[in-house]
Amino acid sequence: MKRRYDVVVIGAGPAGMAAATTLADAGADGLSVLVLDEQAMPGGQIYRSIERPGTGPDVLGDEYADGFDLVRALRAAAVDYVPGAAVWQLSGGNEDAHVPRCEVGVSVDGCAHLIGADAVIIATGAQERPFPIPGWTLPGVMTAGAAQIMLKSSCLAADGAIFAGTGPLLYLVVAQYVKAGVRVRALLDTTPRAQYRGAAWLLPQAWRAGDHLKRGLAYLKQIKAAGVQHVKNVTDLRIDATSDDMKTVTYRTTKTGGTMEAAQVFLHQGVAPNVNLSRAAGLEHAWDAWQHCWMVVTDAWGASSVDGIHVAGDGGRVAGAVAAIAKGRLAALDVLDRLDRIDHATHDRLAAAPQRDIKTELMVRPFLDILFAPPAAFRVPQDDDTVVCRCEEITAGQIRAAVADGCVGPNQLKAFCRAGMGPCQGRQCALTVTEIIATETDRDPHDVGDYRRRPPIKPLRLSELAELHAETGYSEDNH
Amino acid sequence: MFTDVAGEERQMITIRFDGRELSVPAGISVAAALLGCDITTMRTTPQSGAARAAYCMMGICFDCLMVIDGEANQQACMVEVRDGMTVAPQQGAPEIMVTEVPS
Amino acid sequence: MNGPGPVSTTDVAIIGGGLHGCSAALQLALRGLNVIVVEKDHVARHASGVNAGGVRRLGRHVAEIPLAQASWEMWQTINDLVDGDCRFEASGQVKVAETEAELDTQRQRVAHLQALGFGHEQIIDRETLHGLLPAVAPHCVGGIHVAGDGHASPFHTTRAFADKARALGVEIREGVRVQHLHRRGTTWTISTSDGVIEAPVLVNCAGAWGADMAAQLGEPVTLSAEAFMLMITARMAPFCGPVVGAAGRSLSFKQFANGTVMVGGGHRGTADPATNRTTVDMTALGESARTAVTIFPIIATATIVRAWAGIEGETPDVLPVIGPSQTEENAFHSFGFCGHGFQLGPVVGRVTADLITKGATDLPLDAFRIDRFGATPAEDAA
Repeated sequence: MKRRYDVVVIGAGPAGMAAATTLADAGADGLSVLVLDEQAMPGGQIYRSIERPGTGPDVLGDEYADGFDLVRALRAAAVDYVPGAAVWQLSGGNEDAHVPRCEVGVSVDGCAHLIGADAVIIATGAQERPFPIPGWTLPGVMTAGAAQIMLKSSCLAADGAIFAGTGPLLYLVVAQYVKAGVRVRALLDTTPRAQYRGAAWLLPQAWRAGDHLKRGLAYLKQIKAAGVQHVKNVTDLRIDATSDDMKTVTYRTTKTGGTMEAAQVFLHQGVAPNVNLSRAAGLEHAWDAWQHCWMVVTDAWGASSVDGIHVAGDGGRVAGAVAAIAKGRLAALDVLDRLDRIDHATHDRLAAAPQRDIKTELMVRPFLDILFAPPAAFRVPQDDDTVVCRCEEITAGQIRAAVADGCVGPNQLKAFCRAGMGPCQGRQCALTVTEIIATETDRDPHDVGDYRRRPPIKPLRLSELAELHAETGYSEDNH
Repeated sequence: MFTDVAGEERQMITIRFDGRELSVPAGISVAAALLGCDITTMRTTPQSGAARAAYCMMGICFDCLMVIDGEANQQACMVEVRDGMTVAPQQGAPEIMVTEVPS
Repeated sequence: MNGPGPVSTTDVAIIGGGLHGCSAALQLALRGLNVIVVEKDHVARHASGVNAGGVRRLGRHVAEIPLAQASWEMWQTINDLVDGDCRFEASGQVKVAETEAELDTQRQRVAHLQALGFGHEQIIDRETLHGLLPAVAPHCVGGIHVAGDGHASPFHTTRAFADKARALGVEIREGVRVQHLHRRGTTWTISTSDGVIEAPVLVNCAGAWGADMAAQLGEPVTLSAEAFMLMITARMAPFCGPVVGAAGRSLSFKQFANGTVMVGGGHRGTADPATNRTTVDMTALGESARTAVTIFPIIATATIVRAWAGIEGETPDVLPVIGPSQTEENAFHSFGFCGHGFQLGPVVGRVTADLITKGATDLPLDAFRIDRFGATPAEDAA
């Protein structure tokens, strides 16, 4: 790994891989590209462990198989690919001629480095939305994404698990479990009936756009055919520990209610951009009223409000893997254009297909956003005892009390009660906190704002920071 | 109960957890290995001592913080198992390792 | 330019809702005066809410010691004063000497202070140092110890002062910006973004923005906006009680009751007072990390969870501006505390109230006069 690159790509999921391969293939000779991947091998989350499949496409589905070509292309590309790299800082827009426009702080093998670049593409992807219900912090309660990661990376599946929530990923994972022959206790579906009606007018255009809906329907068919109990219109959920391993899930629907037991519960109500890095880098964000989360403000090419930094994929706004690939390509082309490393004709020629892909993908996104919008009751917990900040064990009631006491926003809340100050630095609680304060003060989430994120956005050992040279900015043990 | 769906022989290695020896598949994360052995508590919280385990399995939630090979605050879902590794639950606020002064 | 808007009249108008503004407000309210505090963001938003929280007489410039000593006395019963919880812990403060030469310099300082009648700083030898700080590096030879010093929560302290002031009738207007100061006869007219305030007395506690206010009174001060950086670790089992500094290096080190360790020490990021934005310079923070690990090798493996910086106002001689305006009547200043104003907050509020209600105070303020800097900044810039 060198100290200086033309372009650094952060993340090796679909957007990152697409960006890196486009940079390498379309960029003029001699363009130096670094890909920093926090995982041990490329693929991000959706194509996780694709190079070492224990479970194959027959279980994981066609979408997963789409990733093979991309990963192969990355491995063949003329880029420096560094796995196990935790980025803890990013700055851009540096105008001083003596320093690079952008600087990335990263740790590899317990050693911290500062890397200079003319351009950075953030492709760090999304994270699961928080799912604050009573009992969501109990051991044995995980996200549906976690279930999928266990399946892909470790070939482990939980027998007799309860899945709860809403969203395409939830159905995908249950379908994958069914295909793997694993018993699923139940699917507790929080998608409100009204949202089916609300999304119906978008169905025709969504149906025309690619395979999403067909795949989705196929998953639901498989789930039904396997006899999985699919409880719909769930309005209320709580989880209680009954013994060391077992949990009782209590649910209510619009019509009925009940309880059921399982050792594992998987929750999911959509994904949201993981904004810690983009916030810490000072990029402008906006509240996405469709998806109820923050998104990075960019132009059509992914250029952010900070000179030198582009954002591609679900890390900027959630639009799925196909859109992520297209956005990765467009960001790369725009970077090459700005660095004067591509001619106009090639640039325009290569941009055409990704631009079409995005148009197609965006035809289905509004439908999915409306249909699978996480219900307000599951975004803003009514029960005061529900933990909101998992790290510091701060409850919804404590947050509401702080607001009643004059707290006006998430940053003040930190000082009131330590919410957002734990190791995850707001990743699990920020959205809930912003929406609770918005509800309590009758303001728009955009006005309420977000936690201020600061470096290091991943924990950094003091010794690593200490060994970062003051003069050169580079660690003694340079890799 | 997590069960193996690999459908093929897996290379197994040994790690030590809380004084016991566990046989786990090579190439998976510490968190996955423990879940595969039905270990349900990875840490207890500093505030209330509540038991926690991995939630997101992708380095976001920090609920899988464990003491790995003597070093605290390791995200067990981000660390791959190694033969002979020692893993311990992180109880509350962890003791820190005494080290030499770095040169 | 806004129209005049609604006009409020009061006895004292205070600019700035940080610790110094709220402390002055509290003291004035205790003396029966009506006070309005104008705060452009919210109470404790800036330096007052995010500083290292050191309650320290140790290491102060001689000119500050009488103030610090009087403030220390107030800190003993601070919770009673504010009817709240400032989370003050008298854990002691230690300034570690790493070499005999440093310890010698410390001995000279302590002797000098004692000659002046100040006995709070005590020299400790190697054995005592390692007894007080078992985790300190073996090469440290001694230090200065102040037993009654400690730390408190800056946010909770400032809020407690504000809450108590409000309980006594003080009005604190948050999210309101001062636009213009004007004196008409014996009345100060303060135009704000939310109406006009008229008061016979004006107090400038505007922190890093204090020079802007002073300039409107015709007494410009060179004040640079500094972003002293701090970082905090994940929680750890307790290993250090006192607050620790180092004689030969910039260091502020303390472990809180919740087990987290805060490391700072005067290394600077960049501050933009116009936008309230500060940026952390991780490379410069590396210096703080090196210092911390040199003095406490045990924390090499501790993980930093967050770094930040507030906005402090720093004067050319690193001493605050306290006292009456030298150009206008019935205007007073209390700003520019250069990163060491927290401990002084309680007493400076009292002193300011003294000046306003009695025309004099018992503590020496000569070193803090606003006109001590000689040539005006414009002349200096030649």
